[in-house]
Amino acid sequence: MRQSIRFLRHGRVVELFDFHPRATALDYLRLRERSLGTKEGCAEGDCGACTVVLGRLREDRLAYESVNACIHLLGQIDGAELITVEDLAGSDGLHPVQRAMVAHHGSQCGFCTPGIVMSLFALYQTAERPVSREAVKDALAGNLCRCTGYRPIVDAALEACAEAPRDAFAERRTEGTEAVSALADQADLFIGSDARFFAAPAREGSLAALYDEHPDATLVAGCTDVGLWVTKALAELDKVIWLGRVRGLDLVEEGADAIAFGAAVPLSRAYAALSATAPDLGELMRRFGGAQIRAAGTVGGNIANGSPIGDLAPALMALGAELELRKGERIRTISLDDFFLAYRKQDREPGEFVRRVVVRKPQLGEAFRCFKVSKRFDEDISAVMGAFQLTLDRRRVLGARLAYGGMAGVPKRAGKAEAALTGASLEDPASWEPALAALGRDFTPLSDQRASAAYRGLVARNLLFKALTEVAHGDSRATRIAGRREKPLAAE
Amino acid sequence: MEERHGGPGPLPAPFPEPGGELRHVHRALPHDSAAKHVTGAAEYIDDIREPEGTLHVAIGLAPKARGRLAGLGLDKVRAAPGAVAVLTPGHIPGRNDVSPAFGDEPLFAAGKVSFRGQALFAVVAQSHEAARRAARLALVEIEAEHPSVTVEDALARGETVLPDYAFGRGDADAALEGAPHRLEGSFRVGGQEHFYLEGQAALAIPGEDGSVHVYSSTQHPTEVQHVVARVLGLPDAYVTCEVRRMGGGFGGKESQATQWAAVAALAARITGRPCKIRLDRDDDFLLTGKRHDFRSDWRVGFDEEGRILGYAVEHLARCGYSADLSQGVVDRTMLHSDNAYFLPAARIASKRLKTNTVSNTAFRGFGGPQGMLVIEQAVDRVAWALGRDPLDIRYANLYAPGRDLTPYGMTVEDADILRDIMRALERSSDYRARRDDIAAFNGRSRFLKRGIALTPVKFGISFTLTHLNQAGALVHVYQDGSVHLNHGGTEMGQGLHVKVAQVVAEEFGIALERVRVTATSTGKVPNTSATAASAGSDLNGMAARNAAQAIKRRMAAFAAAAHGVAESDVVFRDDLVFIGNQSLGFGELARTCIQARVQLSEAGFYRTPKITWDRAKGQGRPFFYFACGAACSEVMIDTLTGENRVTRIDILHDCGRSLNPAIDIGQIEGGFVQGMGWLTTEELVFDEEGRLLTHAPSTYKIPVASDVPADFRVALYPGSNREETIYRSKAVGEPPLMLAISVFCAIADAIRSLAPDRPVPLDAPATPEAILRACEAVRGRPMP
Repeated sequence: MRQSIRFLRHGRVVELFDFHPRATALDYLRLRERSLGTKEGCAEGDCGACTVVLGRLREDRLAYESVNACIHLLGQIDGAELITVEDLAGSDGLHPVQRAMVAHHGSQCGFCTPGIVMSLFALYQTAERPVSREAVKDALAGNLCRCTGYRPIVDAALEACAEAPRDAFAERRTEGTEAVSALADQADLFIGSDARFFAAPAREGSLAALYDEHPDATLVAGCTDVGLWVTKALAELDKVIWLGRVRGLDLVEEGADAIAFGAAVPLSRAYAALSATAPDLGELMRRFGGAQIRAAGTVGGNIANGSPIGDLAPALMALGAELELRKGERIRTISLDDFFLAYRKQDREPGEFVRRVVVRKPQLGEAFRCFKVSKRFDEDISAVMGAFQLTLDRRRVLGARLAYGGMAGVPKRAGKAEAALTGASLEDPASWEPALAALGRDFTPLSDQRASAAYRGLVARNLLFKALTEVAHGDSRATRIAGRREKPLAAE
Repeated sequence: MEERHGGPGPLPAPFPEPGGELRHVHRALPHDSAAKHVTGAAEYIDDIREPEGTLHVAIGLAPKARGRLAGLGLDKVRAAPGAVAVLTPGHIPGRNDVSPAFGDEPLFAAGKVSFRGQALFAVVAQSHEAARRAARLALVEIEAEHPSVTVEDALARGETVLPDYAFGRGDADAALEGAPHRLEGSFRVGGQEHFYLEGQAALAIPGEDGSVHVYSSTQHPTEVQHVVARVLGLPDAYVTCEVRRMGGGFGGKESQATQWAAVAALAARITGRPCKIRLDRDDDFLLTGKRHDFRSDWRVGFDEEGRILGYAVEHLARCGYSADLSQGVVDRTMLHSDNAYFLPAARIASKRLKTNTVSNTAFRGFGGPQGMLVIEQAVDRVAWALGRDPLDIRYANLYAPGRDLTPYGMTVEDADILRDIMRALERSSDYRARRDDIAAFNGRSRFLKRGIALTPVKFGISFTLTHLNQAGALVHVYQDGSVHLNHGGTEMGQGLHVKVAQVVAEEFGIALERVRVTATSTGKVPNTSATAASAGSDLNGMAARNAAQAIKRRMAAFAAAAHGVAESDVVFRDDLVFIGNQSLGFGELARTCIQARVQLSEAGFYRTPKITWDRAKGQGRPFFYFACGAACSEVMIDTLTGENRVTRIDILHDCGRSLNPAIDIGQIEGGFVQGMGWLTTEELVFDEEGRLLTHAPSTYKIPVASDVPADFRVALYPGSNREETIYRSKAVGEPPLMLAISVFCAIADAIRSLAPDRPVPLDAPATPEAILRACEAVRGRPMP
């Protein structure tokens, strides 16, 4: 049992024995260390002004990942190297990313700039060359700038990333890797008392025992949602169990027919596996938060938190997914369809946690499409999310799994529309009509700040129509503005 | 500067420029704080080292939008961990009023509650977190009434914050009556949250004799000084406000920063300790004003050629609960109701409606964008009705010689520039060929439709409240030749400080590095206007130049006398002073001047000439000149979902002779993207109870990097300013925002391709839902 967290800062190990479980990394930087370059812009992980970079070992390589310090708990820094905007410039002057930002006039008011520099620093370290304009924009999706209009920032990034990384961090990669490796241990981590603690078990058994003993504790994986309970709802959050160190929960296991994701696999690591499973999942993951949210947020967290508008649940429901839940020594498996009971209420007992998500891969004869509709393409929450898997016998629909987010208090399948679509022909749009009409009986959506009920109802219908049109004609260039499956038309 | 655009064709002759070769002005130099920005070394309010014992302030918010405050239980707040003091109206030694002009904004609500989130009290605590936690523990009793939230609610109650106002020319009704064609409509345009990245913040440090020094993130330090003095019951001379920089302003810190500075100052007075406040982002959304949203009811009469014969518009502005700056904002809406078009007969009317929502305020464009958007969509309607390209209708109505008088009696002298810019952009953007391509694409594409629009901007430069058009600067030359530069303008990212420093370096003929720009302070330059109305470099650049010239004249006179040459033979250049055939270092001359008791410090002053405005008559020349530009935007929309993308932007904008082309391009691009957000993704949603549902970036969506197309071509129009502005430059802060009206018109153009014979009922912002609704309406199946 370890009773402190340890992380690397400026090449030295920092060890902290006493901090509030809800203290954030940003609190540590601004209030304790008084490193004031990292800013708070929104305190909810949407603006990126607080972006810092964590160096961690991923598959034995040192990876640099950007995260939002405002909603990243201090305890989650354990085992990482913490890099902030003050750390980039050396005795030889500005870092290449900083130099390019100055040369291209990439800052105006300067308040978002430290976060932008850190996102670009992560891109600089990790991106495969050559780096495209699209890759830069994806890397910046979690950073808001209100002054520049982004063009000079993107140009600066393209210039800085034109070459392979050649900065102080690249030079001391070996030492850096060793230093981060040296922080790793197999000990369960517990800081505090039974009444107030930050815990980070290293073994699944320890996690099960601890959570069984403290079913009132808050499980934290990436903290991209729980972080807002702290910063906005001012939740007490006295007992925190972080899943980020549990061995086994971080595994992606790929089989012939299915992929199993440990519940604590970050979305950034699930990205590749899901993209390979279905191209539309790749586009969905690209638009999932920003890079900072994907580096911290997890597959298990997105599902277990039970949001009616979580992006993954409808997609995985359409594909067919199962959850493994554990309480104490008992493990049970349920269909993802059955997990969501009502608004923010799931089939999960006190002390029980999601350990794995097993996603069925589309098979020959199955077509998968999913669409996320939001006010803004990137880093937004869907007004409507539609995911559709069709089982086809040549041009006839044998079966359908149609799942939606944003249409009810929970992510939900459209049972009536599924039944009505069975037997429809891809050749005959008139045969789709009963299913399109049935959606009106499957859902009674609400009006809120994202969209009206009428809009949601019509878009739900149009998305299914769009999916059928695409599967029937095999070309998304005629139906999509973004996230096309094919190359753009020559005329565009 | 990178050349990003083809030439705009034949150009007017440049304005003759006196003087020799320029070393600093007209150059693309980086922002003076750029290196500090990228290393995290630039200091904002919350980064200032806190003096020992600093306390933190948080605001207690009203839970209802309208009603009588029947009880305020604060015992639990006082007893909260870390709480030091609780501030209520009874603690205010001066007046409970933080309004900029009309005396209708209490620091803390007393008696009645006027909007949801209104400040009721403040708590001072040992930490920011302790203060926030304590502030939520109050027991608030409100005898609630149903609030006015919409334009219609306020009309029904007949409640306004200021009197109705109208002006015009001729008999608009008769002109409309006699016109061969008439159209009318009711257009809604949404508001906009500033979303400056640095939220509102202030740090107040108590001093001797009750004085206070306030660090504030404000565009208007003088107003902060006045309001703090008013609240504390102090003479103005006991209050100093200092601003090094803001993390963005956009108008949101013109009048809206004062309340937080006043709360911090009051807390410092009551506790005797330094006190700091910074609003959490959600509180900032709830507590501070936004761009005004409008319903504008318009009628236009026109002839067969699409020439407007009469235009009548009534702007119904939702002002929120108090007047704030709504007089000037809505006046500017009215003064820009013509945008770039000659209106032979016009009636322009307005109502400033009172609603139980946060008081709307200044926002880049200051009401102008709304007035311009209304007429631009009306011009589109005229074009559609006649089956003509909207660009041709724009040309037909553009101000021109003989058709150059605005409805308020000011002659548009820049009409030739506007037409030249549009013609040049039409060519360089390949508008006509692309319109044909788009028509062909739309003909074969069932679900995706493209649209294009080219729209002009004509924006009046000067504060419409004439007395605000003044500025001061303070320049010191030290014995080593380094220069301390201070002026009344504030830096919010727009590059004002580097521009003014360029002017001063040019005047003294010294390296830019010798000029040190220092934090704006009411103790150094008094009685300033807000850094607003795009006028920052026009006003402060001139004031600083006047100060530098006065010092330079004294130095030259001394040098001439000492060396027995004519003053005209003393030249300041390249860090040297050439005196006849000799030269010496600038610092050397400075040192010699000091020894000879020559004053090397000067307070400079400037007031804008030529402007007059008789508001009662609605006549005059409210603007020194107009800044002009044009943009061509192309979009693609998905008619199944309303999703949309801007695919190409071409801009040609007139900065006169730009003081700093890199800074100006930044203002153009940034302003455009901010305007694009206003008209597309940024939607403020209030519910019936007056609750703002879009209260954070999770629900309020400003543009991100991917919303800006790769094909973004921006060029500066190589013109000059006919008026004698600082180095013949033109103001650039606000005008480019309105270039984004082209995006809105392009979206309408794309929707129209579904059914060219039907008007497109599209309001702003054009969110995916608004677009899909308009698509369904023109398809003849309107959504509920």
